[in-house]
Amino acid sequence: MGHQVLTGAERRHARLRKFIDRVLPIILSVAVFIAVATVASLLLTVIITGGHRLSWNLILNYPSANPEEAGMRSAILGSIFTVGLSALICVPLSIATAIYLVEYSRGGRLSSLLRYNIANLAGVPSVVFGVVALGFLAYWLGMGRTVITGAFTLAILTLPLVTVTCVEALKAVPDDLRLGAYALGATTLQVVRRISLPRALPMMLTGGILGISRALGEAAPILVVSGILFIREDPTSLFSKFTVMPLQLYNWISRPQPAFIELSSAGIIILLLILLALNGVAIALRQYLMRRIGQTWR
Amino acid sequence: MVAETTSVEKLKRSIDRRRYMDRIFYILFLLSTLVSTAALIIIFATLGLESFGFFAHVSIVEFLTSTKWTVLFAEKHFGVLPLLNATILTSLIAIAVAAPLGVMIALFLSEYASANTRSVVKPLVETLAGIPTVVYGYFALYFVTPNLLKPLWEGLQLHNALAVGLMIGVLIIPIVASISDDAMAAVPADLRLAAYAVGSRKSDVALRVVLPAALSGVSASIILAFARAMGETMIAAIAGGFRSILTFNIGESMQTMTAYIAQVATGDAPHGTIEYQSLFAVGLFLLVITAVLNYIGIRVVRRWAIKY
Repeated sequence: MGHQVLTGAERRHARLRKFIDRVLPIILSVAVFIAVATVASLLLTVIITGGHRLSWNLILNYPSANPEEAGMRSAILGSIFTVGLSALICVPLSIATAIYLVEYSRGGRLSSLLRYNIANLAGVPSVVFGVVALGFLAYWLGMGRTVITGAFTLAILTLPLVTVTCVEALKAVPDDLRLGAYALGATTLQVVRRISLPRALPMMLTGGILGISRALGEAAPILVVSGILFIREDPTSLFSKFTVMPLQLYNWISRPQPAFIELSSAGIIILLLILLALNGVAIALRQYLMRRIGQTWR
Repeated sequence: MVAETTSVEKLKRSIDRRRYMDRIFYILFLLSTLVSTAALIIIFATLGLESFGFFAHVSIVEFLTSTKWTVLFAEKHFGVLPLLNATILTSLIAIAVAAPLGVMIALFLSEYASANTRSVVKPLVETLAGIPTVVYGYFALYFVTPNLLKPLWEGLQLHNALAVGLMIGVLIIPIVASISDDAMAAVPADLRLAAYAVGSRKSDVALRVVLPAALSGVSASIILAFARAMGETMIAAIAGGFRSILTFNIGESMQTMTAYIAQVATGDAPHGTIEYQSLFAVGLFLLVITAVLNYIGIRVVRRWAIKY
């Protein structure tokens, strides 16, 4: 290298750059730390405030003006009805869409338009889905502010998310396998049924569960569709009035009495536990199916 | 001879049947794909038609220029500006949080984190987007405002735009981080190696090579995150309050467009009234703004995607 003659300013500049080089990774990890710390303090606050209020009453009882007895039975059932039904609509639609986009379309103008529209649908604010469902499904089609309207709203809301995962699942299947089958004279449908779909299914199911957990936490569109924050009645049919867990929580959060704040914290713990369990199931299911199908190529 | 022809015919029939099934399923799959497009058309048509009823009563000029929004009161004014102002203010605060943090996290993930660290940190950051937004609203109202902000700011109201913006910011960090991370991953290794070859330090590569090269992806992530922030409802409804007044004081309660929709939906707005129709006018306005932002964002992403 040899000795270089540096002026004072240059030396200071070099020292500064060296200093920046040292501290940059630290500064960047602070950003990560802030994100993680936010989640941690959020969880801590909820547990400290509401941990002692966890009880079976919270799950089994109907909402009540008395916070000691109040539960979210009707909201839990409402969530199961709406979100379950929405998954039954959304997951098959997403898989079919993904099959069209990946296996059938030849990449022409139509398919790029369809892809573009899916991206656009993903950008629509969730509350707008609720407003449209209220006007179109509930009033124009006369479905009312009911479970089935809520289910369709959530299904269309989660459609882009689940579709994107399904598309990726199909794209991850190596083309060699498809080409081999085509070379033997298989139709596209046969390739889908025997080659692509079985291999893509684990990841598709993970996507479906991802959609379900998104739908479970979604409050705004259901708020507009149902208009009800709490109800002392179980949903019994597709045309029942209903509420969902996040809305029951919204109701409790909006009441200023400390007892209701504790109650909402306990309710949040239950909602978060359900979401955690769902994600755990997604991971476990994926691993189980992967092993069973024997995806050695991965 | 006879046996041979029948077996050939059988084979032909079987092939025909397969082709036939293939066509049927092709049509089924195509129809499913059209659902998203149909949904988009229904969204615009429904909002447009119901807004038509709204704008039959209210002039568009009043809607866009009046500074009073008192649709739920006896004396009605229909100026969307207070709602728009609250939406933009909270979203700007959110971006002020999410843009620097998200980009820093992306830089950390793409330039500094080992594969192992990455596999832990990335899903951890993604969980921020998976937490239900009512939970963020709760956190803003009962933790951030009283414990973090109140000690620093005496005049802060219980419901305020600042806490709303901060929490929306946390919610959209993963959007900025993951799109920026993708953009940085798309920067060719050649550029990094060339920079190292002329004696760059790691921080120079990160800040002066990778960040500028990924800039269009990074800006797209910020635009898309801003659109997401504008559409966020529950945080604004819980922690921002329902006070539709034009103010620039972020320590005060103010109602965003989304919070207005939430308020009307839970209140008494019978089908066909002006209150009911205002839902669609505000919804359409919100959708148009976010659609324009998303369009710009997607265009920018596309341009960056083919660059290298």
